Amino acid sequence: MTLLPKALLLVAAFGMAACNNPNRYGQDGAGGAGGAGGNGGFIDTNGLGDPSNPKSIAYFNQSVGDRVLFPVDTSTLTAEARGILSGQASWLASNGDYAIIIEGHADEQGTREYNLALGARRAASVQDFLISQGVAPSRMRTISYGKERPIEVCSDEACYSKNRRAVTVLSMGAGA
Amino acid sequence: MIGQNFPCKHRAKCAQSQGQSRPDNSPLNNEDKMSHFKSLTAALLIGLSSLSSLALTTAAHAEITIDINSPVIEPMPFAVPDFIDEGGAGGLAADISRVVAADLAGTGLFVETPKDAYISRVTSFDAPISYPDWQAINTQALITGAVQAGGDRIVVKFRLFDVASGQPLGEGLQFAGTPGSWRRMAHKVADAVYARITGEGPYFDSRVVYVAESGPKNQRQKRLGVMDYDGANVKYLTDSSSIVLAPRFSPNGDRILFTSYASGFPAIYVMNVGSLKTRNLGEVPGTMTFAPRFSPDGNTVVFSLEKGGNSDIYSMDINSGQMSQLTNAPSIETSPSFSPDGSQIVFESDRSGTQQIYVMSAGGGEGVRISGGKGRYSTPVWSPRGDMIAFTKQNEGRFHIGAMLTDGTEERLLTASFLDEGPTWAPNGRVIMFTREGAGAGGQAGLMSVDVSGRNLKAVTTDGPASDPSWSPMLP
Repeated sequence: MTLLPKALLLVAAFGMAACNNPNRYGQDGAGGAGGAGGNGGFIDTNGLGDPSNPKSIAYFNQSVGDRVLFPVDTSTLTAEARGILSGQASWLASNGDYAIIIEGHADEQGTREYNLALGARRAASVQDFLISQGVAPSRMRTISYGKERPIEVCSDEACYSKNRRAVTVLSMGAGA
Repeated sequence: MIGQNFPCKHRAKCAQSQGQSRPDNSPLNNEDKMSHFKSLTAALLIGLSSLSSLALTTAAHAEITIDINSPVIEPMPFAVPDFIDEGGAGGLAADISRVVAADLAGTGLFVETPKDAYISRVTSFDAPISYPDWQAINTQALITGAVQAGGDRIVVKFRLFDVASGQPLGEGLQFAGTPGSWRRMAHKVADAVYARITGEGPYFDSRVVYVAESGPKNQRQKRLGVMDYDGANVKYLTDSSSIVLAPRFSPNGDRILFTSYASGFPAIYVMNVGSLKTRNLGEVPGTMTFAPRFSPDGNTVVFSLEKGGNSDIYSMDINSGQMSQLTNAPSIETSPSFSPDGSQIVFESDRSGTQQIYVMSAGGGEGVRISGGKGRYSTPVWSPRGDMIAFTKQNEGRFHIGAMLTDGTEERLLTASFLDEGPTWAPNGRVIMFTREGAGAGGQAGLMSVDVSGRNLKAVTTDGPASDPSWSPMLP
């Protein structure tokens, strides 16, 4: 691949990213609205759709599973994670309109910058797997939050295990 | 200086010799645009001409000294009577002496003799010192001072006396600046006292850039703040609309490097401290840049760039944007820090399986591992003195701040807690500030400092939760 088309692809991905409100952890307190914290009690204030509609983001988040978890300080996908991601890949294959951001996260048992790098590794593991399952690279972009956005705040393994995650966050790619 | 009075008894002569404020177009002046920095003319009126040559011929070793490397330190008693108001200073004179006392006592090397123990009152800056009155209350160092204020200017002068030997210790000094910079002048007085007695470099007249935090752990808001080393004069540099991480001062304090999610994705930025003008240092979509640090000359930035999940260290000419790759490994290479001479870079890598510390040439390469103990070593920071490297260590579920020689020997751990990380050195290389965070939902982050000896661990006052401190160089 020459440099130019690659750059164009990246720009395209970036454009989609903008639609996807990647910085959904901003001041407006929308943290988790798009998926990471989207748990339970469906009220469609976020444009996620009706979870009983198998084409909705809500369905993807809740029924396909929007996240995979990692053991301590690893980015290798477990068998369970690969199962979830295979499900994501086939859902994404039949729902081609969605743009994808893969968020990598770490628990708090590490230094800040290392955890940023570790979160990026985890997001890349997921991205690589989805590519291997046929998801177009141009639909995807990764972002690492390191240990900046835990979903659980206790300081033991029960919470850490949920924070060591990669979350596949979808948005309508319309216009991208 | 034995037996010499304050060398600047003649006011006209003083004014003449201190009138050299730096021109406004000085490259260091960006910081001066911040209100409290405004036109501080730190005029050091060291006995010019004849007096200083006299000093050389009669120089005697001070009797009062503190060797901060000594294994046991008995804090030295000192007294700082309220500085004399020589006109217009009002309460500022006492306020300045209180800041001087707080600086000195805050080191743990000094202990203030309480005022109610005083026998003598100091009523005039030029009155002779009644040494027996200070000897009788066992104080060892006496600091007297005076403040004049008028218009947009205050002048602070002080003298330091060795009570036991009944002699001044060094010459009197004088600083001039705006009323808004009174704390800086107090810090300069304390710096001079600290330096004369310990023989170490000063560090009180310095700033710290950090991340001010608010909100619960799972929805933490972050913004950049800058404050005096003691937590005073806080100014916020960004709002909380996007995550900001790990700021670093430039070598002359005029700029700050940091990582921000402002574009939606983490990338490195440089901010001018005076104008707050901020520039994205060339974000490449599909990559993440983070962990930026200046070279000692301020012209190069080293940082990590992540591509496809792999982070390596790169350098960038901050003016041209020209980049070069310094490490090339499938492992995580991050948290670089230049040696003060600019020839080497210390960084962390997990190439061995866990985070360890390596030193490479500033031009790049594989590097040589220097950390050898148990556990993981990360966030290395080269001391401004060049002699040591501070780091974070994780071992058996605990975090430590430590320091080692640059070849990795003589490792010492200075702290231990649930989560300590991210050391930064005081300008004199003798004190380390870092982040400590508690466990669980209530465990807010805060700043702590500790001597490189491991003594004097204490919280740094901030106006809320805080993390990622970076100490400035000495202010101009």
